[in-house]
Amino acid sequence: MVKPNPSGFFTPRGRHRPRGFPAALLRALRDWWGDQPLSQFALLAGAALIFGFFGGNVADNMQRLGITPGFAFLHRAANFEIGESLISYTAADSYARAIWVGVLNTAAVAAIGCVLASVLGVFLGIARLSRNPLLSGLVQIYVEIVRNTPLLLQLFFWNAIAHALPSPRQAFSLGETVFLSNRGVYLPAFREAAAGRALLIAVLVAAGLVVVAMTAMARWRRCQSWGRRWAVLALAVVLPLAGFAASEISFALEVPQLRGFNFAGGSVMSPEFAALLIGLVVNTAATICEIVRSGIQAVSIGQWDAARALGLSQGRILRLVVLPQALRIIIPVTTSSYLDLTKNSSLAVAIGFPDLVSIINTSANQSGQVIETVFIMMAIFLSINLAVSLAMNIYHHRLSRHGGIA
Amino acid sequence: MTDFAEPSLPTVEMRARLVRWRQRWWRGLFGSPGTAAITLACIVFLAAVVPPMVRWTVIDAVWFGTPDACHLASGACWAFIGEKFRFILFGFYPAPLQWKPLLVVLLLLTVIAVSAVPRCWHRRLLALWATAIPVAILLMAGAPQIGSIPTGSWAGLPLTLLLTVISLVAALPLALLLALGRQSRRGGVRWMSIIVIEVMRGVPLITVLYAATLLLPLMLPTGLTIDKLLRAQVALVVFVAAYMAEIIRAGLQGVGNGQYEAAKSLGLGYWTTLRLVVLPQALRIVIPSFVNLAIGVLQSTTLVIVIGMFDFLNTARVSANDPDWLGFFHEAFFFTGAVYFLFSFLTSRYSLWLERRLRPTGR
Repeated sequence: MVKPNPSGFFTPRGRHRPRGFPAALLRALRDWWGDQPLSQFALLAGAALIFGFFGGNVADNMQRLGITPGFAFLHRAANFEIGESLISYTAADSYARAIWVGVLNTAAVAAIGCVLASVLGVFLGIARLSRNPLLSGLVQIYVEIVRNTPLLLQLFFWNAIAHALPSPRQAFSLGETVFLSNRGVYLPAFREAAAGRALLIAVLVAAGLVVVAMTAMARWRRCQSWGRRWAVLALAVVLPLAGFAASEISFALEVPQLRGFNFAGGSVMSPEFAALLIGLVVNTAATICEIVRSGIQAVSIGQWDAARALGLSQGRILRLVVLPQALRIIIPVTTSSYLDLTKNSSLAVAIGFPDLVSIINTSANQSGQVIETVFIMMAIFLSINLAVSLAMNIYHHRLSRHGGIA
Repeated sequence: MTDFAEPSLPTVEMRARLVRWRQRWWRGLFGSPGTAAITLACIVFLAAVVPPMVRWTVIDAVWFGTPDACHLASGACWAFIGEKFRFILFGFYPAPLQWKPLLVVLLLLTVIAVSAVPRCWHRRLLALWATAIPVAILLMAGAPQIGSIPTGSWAGLPLTLLLTVISLVAALPLALLLALGRQSRRGGVRWMSIIVIEVMRGVPLITVLYAATLLLPLMLPTGLTIDKLLRAQVALVVFVAAYMAEIIRAGLQGVGNGQYEAAKSLGLGYWTTLRLVVLPQALRIVIPSFVNLAIGVLQSTTLVIVIGMFDFLNTARVSANDPDWLGFFHEAFFFTGAVYFLFSFLTSRYSLWLERRLRPTGR
């Protein structure tokens, strides 16, 4: 196979390759500089000059405005309220805490959104491949509508719907436990606040155990049978849950109830949060639907035929032959659509949900520390991206070790 | 020759195809109890959704009339769209001069349509764009009294189209440099390109827009200001260029190694090889991806709302805040949504068509 390697085009002419440690270092450095170091030096110097010019202007302007550069402002009181927060927050709290509230809000939307979008997306992807023309046609219409209109328009639409819901007194109820009203979506919640936290810890511990157990079993030959795998997995899930169930915390649920003009008890999802979540889920699910469809379709028909010739049933063909190959295509692309969802959650600012970007923007306007706040915001998004692409690289590396990428 | 008319071959084939087609539909809809249940569920869903939609959009809708008539009716208020049509399209642009933005819209749409025809792909197209965009900008600025209309009054569909088109056209040279820089042998150039591309692709567009609106004024010498629209446009261009650079990089990798070697053996230099051999092939491969990117850019320009600009989506939203016509948000969003859908859907179909057309003549 001829590997496209345009970089061969840029190879410097007549370069000899010296060996040995200092020579190798020099060679690496020379490779880095290329064969025309002067022009590159000029370019870098030009970039540095431009940066210096802008930086100097920024320093001048900040001095003129009476702003001291640096991150000391993070400890000052933020002096603005935040509509909703997962941790306790008042206007007297510091900028650092305000930004942390934003990070948590964004993380909550992104995490819940990714899970729901995956579930909906996979269902839709399978429905799209259904041989029933009515079903696949409906899904196609859904995908076309969602993908051909701006996400912001969809968010505005969902926000308008969330605010057009009836007042709490006439709220739509789903089985008298979940209530939809213009003040938000009311859900049952744990009576004790500690219970939710304990459950979250239990889930995290269980997830950690599952990952450890899976990795261990993948190396441990004797555990290749599915029965044992399930047993170990079940243990990994049940043990932490049992541990917390045995603790003193009561896990009783409290259902929201109408008192006067509003609901009491339970937990509430603000209309903005609900609109943002639904908008992001509906949008990303359409993307994931297409990813799943194209991933499954990319597995050649021959694979199905071969598996059928071996006498495998339809379900086993899908599980043993098609999905493992399709997943190699699906997983990397899905990861990037998770990242897109996280980035798109910044559109919250347009419908008034206090996510990271919106709080950073308020902080920047309030404190005048524009450079620092923009830096923090970009650093957070970039580190999320970097973490995910690192994980993806490891995944690719593993895949290529285990028989290459399809 | 026989007397009785034998069906000609195409008719037989067509009839067979019809039968097969009917069988597939029939089996698909009612082939097994499971499929039949799915069909039934779909029909129930459609019966629940379609009639209210039709009633809202057509039967109970108010097409002409006053806000009061609209509030009494249970359907959509298209009279609102009719009343606000001018504002949704052109925003705060002075009404007596609205032929200018209208001309801009027509001009841009014409140039786009011309560029979409593969037979017109020619170097002269670049010249066409290079004249059309300045002309459009000058017209919006109030030519012949250039500068008589501040950019703050540019709004609606012309603003959306201008932002989209300029983002794409101005991003192309930057994207080419970034894509080539990323493949460069020179470490410094490579690193700079990678940093720009990955930072832009790693953060949301809103972040870049905020950074541009907040940072650019600080970065200029005291006393010098930079127009808000220009700031947003700069942010959009750099952001789009990063995504475009990755598309171009894929195109560059798609050009076979032999092409580079052949050009080298002919004694062509770096830039000549690029101009005559590599880029014509690389760009040809990525045209469908460019078209898809254009859809994304059209939809992304709506984000300029968060820095307080009145693009096509925002003018529609704002018109539903008019005290006389308060609250017709659904109509406003339906209308804008339909326009965006029309543009995006046609463009995506065009991209599919192009992909099919370009494939066989490729390598």
